[in-house]
This record gives sequence, C-alpha cells and structure tokens, in this order.
Amino acid sequence: MIEWLIGIFLAIGVIFNLLASIGLLRFPDVYTRIHAATKCTTFGTIFIVLATVTYAIYSYFWVEKDPSWITIGIHSALVVIFLVLTNPVGAHALGRAARKSGILPYGAVIDELEGRL
Amino acid sequence: MSFIAVFIWSFVLWLVLTAGSKGLLWSPEELAAGLIFSGVIALTTKDIIGEKAARFLNPAKWVGFVIYAIGPLFWGMVKANLDVAYRVITGRIKPGIVRVPVDLENDAQYTILSNSITLTPGTLTIDACPEEKALYVHWINVTEKEPKSSEVIAGSFEKWARRLGR
Repeated sequence: MIEWLIGIFLAIGVIFNLLASIGLLRFPDVYTRIHAATKCTTFGTIFIVLATVTYAIYSYFWVEKDPSWITIGIHSALVVIFLVLTNPVGAHALGRAARKSGILPYGAVIDELEGRL
Repeated sequence: MSFIAVFIWSFVLWLVLTAGSKGLLWSPEELAAGLIFSGVIALTTKDIIGEKAARFLNPAKWVGFVIYAIGPLFWGMVKANLDVAYRVITGRIKPGIVRVPVDLENDAQYTILSNSITLTPGTLTIDACPEEKALYVHWINVTEKEPKSSEVIAGSFEKWARRLGR
C-alpha cells in the first residue's frame, strides 16, 4: 500500500525531471529553456521530497519509533520551502541577464523590452 | 523592531532544524544554544532585513501563506507542468515579451507576484519595474499582445499578492 504511494510520488517526480531535460534539448532559445528547467525541476523535486517525507512518517509510526525519522522528514520538507523560494529568483536573474546582454527571444511576436534594458 | 523579527525567524528555524533531540522535543542545552545563536544572527543582520519586516510575524498572514501555497499556487504549478509537457512534446510555441501593468505598493508584493508568475503556466518574469508599476514577462504562448491587467497572465495571483504582502 505505502510502497505504491511512494512509488507514484517518485514516478511523477522522475518523469517531470526527465521532461525538463528533454525540454532543454528541444526548445530553441534561452528563455524557453529556462521555462522548462525552472518549472519542471521545481515540481519534480517537490514530489521526490514528498516521497521521502511519506517514507519517514511511515517508518516512524509503523516500523520503529526512532526520532531520527522525524528529523529526516522535517529536513526534507524544509528543502521544498527553500527550493520554491529560490528557484524562481534564479530563473529571473538568468533571464534578465540574458536579455541585458542582448539575446533576443527566438521567433518573438512581440518584444516590449526592445531598447529598454 | 527588526531585531525582534530576525530573532524570531532564526529561532523558529533553529527549532525546526533541531527537533527530535530529546524524544520528539528539544533538550534544554539546545534551546539555550539556539537563543545565543539567534541573538548573534539578529544583531548582525538586523539592518539588512528592512524596516517593516515585523509585519510578517502576524499569524493570520502565516495562515494566508499556507493556504496560498497549498491551494492556488500548487494548482497553478500542476497546470504549468502539464502545459510545459505539452509544449515539449509538440514543440508548439509562440513566444514574446509582454508588458503587464500591475497595481502593487511595496517590494514584498512584487516579489510574491513575480515568483508566482515564474512558477505558473507558460510565463517567466524577466524584469520588474516598481517605478512604472509594471512587470516584463516572457510568455511562451502569446494570446494577447498588450494585456490591460495581470488577469490573463496570472489569474488571481495579483489579488493574493496584494493581500499577503500588505
């Protein structure tokens, strides 16, 4: 039962991380690649960490009453918070730096930042 | 006031990181060490965190953040990832950088809104201009070249950001 839940979480996480890497290969320019890399890796990693937390909670309550399981769970959950807080900021900085050094978005139908940065 | 804000934040982080040293709770020695370290951190960084950081110590705001993160933001991320999956597989894109006028007051609201926009369907914040009250957003599938508000891009996120960052 619990193995299935953990397996589903891990499968979702790994599939989305794989999708991010395929996106890096398939998309034409830096901005669309940042799209794929940021969103999919954040989401995939959340699910992988969720699998860890599920496993830690299950082990504490049903296998062995060892507080180190709770420690593992809490520390993994903190990883999610820091990842969600920092990943979009990194993507924003990369995108802005790319635009500032004059890389035009590939096939853009509109570019409002033309001559502004 | 900002000293108290940093102190409480770093002490809460210390408590979360060290839970489980005595049964499930904290040992007294660890609590004392946490008080000392939080005090040192608060003394050294109280000028960085900003004047009005203490407004985020309001518990009602924490509840708001949790509801926002689990509800609209997580659902937005699910949609974003399915959207990216579709675009990776079919390769159907129509990118562009659009200017989105927003109506926000302080930097915290801009941070919340631009982070949410980056994590949700097909949009990536390139530049935020608080002076002209606008965000410049790289949109992977432009449907409207000059949006009047952030409704088409971000849905209800602007309302949430205005409420949470106040």
